[in-house]
Amino acid sequence: MSDTQLSAQAPRPSFKISPGDFAREYGVLTIIVVLMIALALISDSFLTARNLLNIINQSAPLAIIACALTLVIIGGGFDLSTGAIFGVASVSAGWVAVQIDPYMAILVGPLVGLVLGAINGCIITGFGVHSFLVTLATSLVYRGIAILITGGALIPVRIEQFSWLGRGRIGMVHVAVFVLLIVMIIFMVLLNRTTFGRRVFAVGGNEEAAILSGIRTNLIKIMTFTLSGMAAGLAGVIAVSRISMASPQAGTGMEFEAIAAVILGGTSIMGGAGAIWRSIAGVLLMALIGNGFNILNINPFFKDLTTGVIIVVAVALAASGRKRR
Amino acid sequence: MEHKEIAVRLRAMAKSFGGTKILDDISIDFLQSSVHALVGENGAGKSSVGKVVGGYYTPDEGTLEVFGQKVERFSPRDALGLGIAMIHQELQLVPEMTVVQNVFLGQEANRAGFLRKGDLARFHELEKTCDFGLDPHARIADMRIAERQKVEIMRAIARDARVIIMDEPTSSLTEDEAERLHQLIARLKARNVTVIYVSHFLDHILAHCDRVTIMRDGHVIRTDDMAGETKQSLVESMLGAASEISWPALPPAPDRAHTAIVEMREVATDTGLSDISLEIAPGEIVGLIGLVGAGRSEVGRALFGADPITAGSYSIAGVMQSKRFNIPKAIAQGIAFVPEDRRKQGLVLTQTTRPNISLASLGAISSRGFISTRKETARVRAMIEHFGIVPAATNGEVAYYSGGNQQKVLLSKWAIERPKLLILDEPSRGVDIGARRRIHDFIIEMAKAGVAVLLISSELEEVINLSHRGYLMSEGRIFAEADCRSLSVEDALRRIFKEQDAAPSSKEAQAR
Repeated sequence: MSDTQLSAQAPRPSFKISPGDFAREYGVLTIIVVLMIALALISDSFLTARNLLNIINQSAPLAIIACALTLVIIGGGFDLSTGAIFGVASVSAGWVAVQIDPYMAILVGPLVGLVLGAINGCIITGFGVHSFLVTLATSLVYRGIAILITGGALIPVRIEQFSWLGRGRIGMVHVAVFVLLIVMIIFMVLLNRTTFGRRVFAVGGNEEAAILSGIRTNLIKIMTFTLSGMAAGLAGVIAVSRISMASPQAGTGMEFEAIAAVILGGTSIMGGAGAIWRSIAGVLLMALIGNGFNILNINPFFKDLTTGVIIVVAVALAASGRKRR
Repeated sequence: MEHKEIAVRLRAMAKSFGGTKILDDISIDFLQSSVHALVGENGAGKSSVGKVVGGYYTPDEGTLEVFGQKVERFSPRDALGLGIAMIHQELQLVPEMTVVQNVFLGQEANRAGFLRKGDLARFHELEKTCDFGLDPHARIADMRIAERQKVEIMRAIARDARVIIMDEPTSSLTEDEAERLHQLIARLKARNVTVIYVSHFLDHILAHCDRVTIMRDGHVIRTDDMAGETKQSLVESMLGAASEISWPALPPAPDRAHTAIVEMREVATDTGLSDISLEIAPGEIVGLIGLVGAGRSEVGRALFGADPITAGSYSIAGVMQSKRFNIPKAIAQGIAFVPEDRRKQGLVLTQTTRPNISLASLGAISSRGFISTRKETARVRAMIEHFGIVPAATNGEVAYYSGGNQQKVLLSKWAIERPKLLILDEPSRGVDIGARRRIHDFIIEMAKAGVAVLLISSELEEVINLSHRGYLMSEGRIFAEADCRSLSVEDALRRIFKEQDAAPSSKEAQAR
C-alpha cells in the first residue's frame, strides 16, 4: 500500500466559506459599504469627491500611525506611545521650522519618532518587559519631553515652505493623501513581499518557533517599534503643518484611536495575523461614522458611543471565529 | 461473560466542522469498569469521539446517554458533574500554580470561599492510590510533560470521575512510566472506573484494554472484546487492508574515518548536561537512547545553538565553534532541528503552509530582502508533493491539519535546503501509521544523501531500529555507546536502569 493512498484517506478540511466566515473575514468592508450607501441616500453632500477626499485627508495622520501599528501588533507587540511620540515630533518639527529651517523640520519629525521608537524597542527586548508596560511608561516620559521642549507653550508655525505638507494640493487631491498612499504601499510591500514581513508574522504567531528557525526575534521587534515611532513622527509633522501650530499636547489619545482602528479592521490582537488594508479600513470606518454624525448634525456624544459599540461587535465576531481552533 | 452496566452510550452520533463530517453514525457502548480503547489513524476521529463524551464537542445528530440518563447539550463542566473527566493530549493545567493547587483547582478546601488547610492531606491520600511520587509544591511550569500528565490524572481522580477519557496518555511517557500508568489504570478499573483510552500504541492497547473500537474516516469499523485481537488484526481494520509493520532498511553505515560533521568533547550546559562527548559522520544515523528527562532534547538543543555551551568544545566540520555560537550560526553551517512539540515550537499556526515551509530558508528565495513568490511557490509545491502533504495546497490552514501532515510540513521546512546535520526530536510522535512510515523513509533518504542524522525518540524501538549507532543517556550524561544493529530494546532498558541505580551512589560518593 503506497503512502499517497494512505494520506488520501484522511478527511480533507473544506475551504467553503460560510456567511459567518465571510462576515468575520470582510466584516469591516461590509459595514463600510452599508454605511456609505446609507449616508449617500440620506444626504446629497456625502457622496461627492470633495467630501470623500476630505474624509481621507483628515484621517491621513491617524491612518499612517495605524499602518505601522499593524506591524507592531502582528509582531505580537503593543504600542501605547504613538500619541506621545506624535506630540514630541510635533513640537520638535515646529521648533526647527521656526528656528532653523522649514524643510529640515519636515525630516526632523519622522527622525525623532524613529529614535523614540527604537528606544521603546530596545527597552522591551533588552529587559524582556512586555511592550504594553514599556510603552505605557515611555508615553509619559515622551509627553513630558514634549512639554519641556516648548516650556508648555504653543509654537505658531506660519511658514509657507512648511505648511504645503498639510494644506497643499496637487490638482484637487491633498498632499497628505499622497503621503498616506505612499506609506500604505511601503508597509504593504514590507509586510507581504519581504523577508522582514515574514519574520514579523512568525515572531507574533509563535515566537519560540521563530527563534528555532534562526530568526533574530529581538531585532525584528525593535524594527517594528522603530517603524511605529517613525510613522507617528511623520503623522505629527503633517498635523502641525496643517494647523500651523505645534502643541505639546498634540496627539493625546491618538494611540487608542490607532489601536481601535487596527482592531476594528480585524487584525488579531494576539499577533501573527492581520493586514495593512484592514487597519486602513478601520480608520476609514471610524472617519465615516464621524462624518455621518456631522452631516446629520447629531450630538457628537453619540459618535464615540457608536464607534465603541461597533468595535465591541467586531471584536466579538472575531473571537467567535477563533474559538473553534 | 459477566454482565456489565453501560456507562456511556453513543447512538448514531454525527459531528461536522465547516461542512466536513468528521464523525458519522457513531454507535458505541462504553461498559462500566472496563478499559475501552479507541484506535485508528490520525484523522480517523478517535480523539473527536473522546471530546464528544467529555463535553468538548456538541454532536449534531444522535444521542448520548450517561449511566442511562439521556444528555442533551452539555459542556465539559456538565460532563464533570456527571463524573466524566478528560485528560487531553495538550494538557490543561495552570503553569504558574503548584501541583496541589492544580489537582484541587476549583474544589479547594474552603469555608464560605476562604481557603482552609487540608489540601495537602487530601493530596497525600490521593497519592496512596496513584503512587506517582510527585512533589506537591513543585510549579507546573518547571515540570516535564510526563509529570504534568500525572497531575492531570490526579485531578480527574480527585473529582471522583467514574469515566476518564485519556487522549494519547503514553505518547510522552517512557516505557516504565507507561507501565506505571497502566498499573494505575488497573487500580482505577478495580474501583469501577471506566477508562476510554485513545492511543496509537497498539502494544499498550493489546496488553491493557478490555475492549476496542476501531475507527476509520470518522466511522466505527467495529467494536470487539480485546481477547482474540492481534496487532495485525487491529492494523488491518484501521487501514482497511493488510499492512506490514516493519522498519525500512538502513543504508550501510558510513566509513567513520571521514571527518565528523559535528563533534562534541566533554560539553556541559546550564540545562543539566555534563560530560557530553559525541560525533556524527556524514550519512550516519545516530540515536540518543534514554528515558524522559535523560537530557536527550537538551543535546539536540546544544548542537543547534539553542542553549549556550558552558564547558567543553564543539566543532562543526572540523571548525571549532566560539562561545557565541547561536541558532543563526548553526543554520548557516547546515544544522537543522525539528523540535519535539510541533505546535508550540515548530509551526506558526496563524500562517498557512507556504510561509511555514519557507520560514527557515528565506534567504534562498529572496534577494535584498524581497521574496520571489514564484520561486517560493515552486519550491513549496515540490516539498508538498515529496511528502504527500494533505491537503496539497500552498495556502492550507496548517492549524487544522492532522498531526501527521503538520509534522510533514515541519520536516519540509528543514529538508527544503538539504542540511548537513538533521536533528529530529520525536519525529513521529502522535502521527498516524502512514505518515510515520513516510517519516521513517525520509530519515533513510536523508542518510543516503549523506546527511548526518541525530534521532531522538521516547520510543526505544524506533531509535534502535532506525539508527546505525546509539548513545545511551541518563541524567544528562552519555554513559555508553552502542551499535544499534546488535542492540535490543530490553538490553538498552536494562543498561539504562542499571546506570540509574548506580548513579545516586556515585553522587553520594562525590559529596563525601
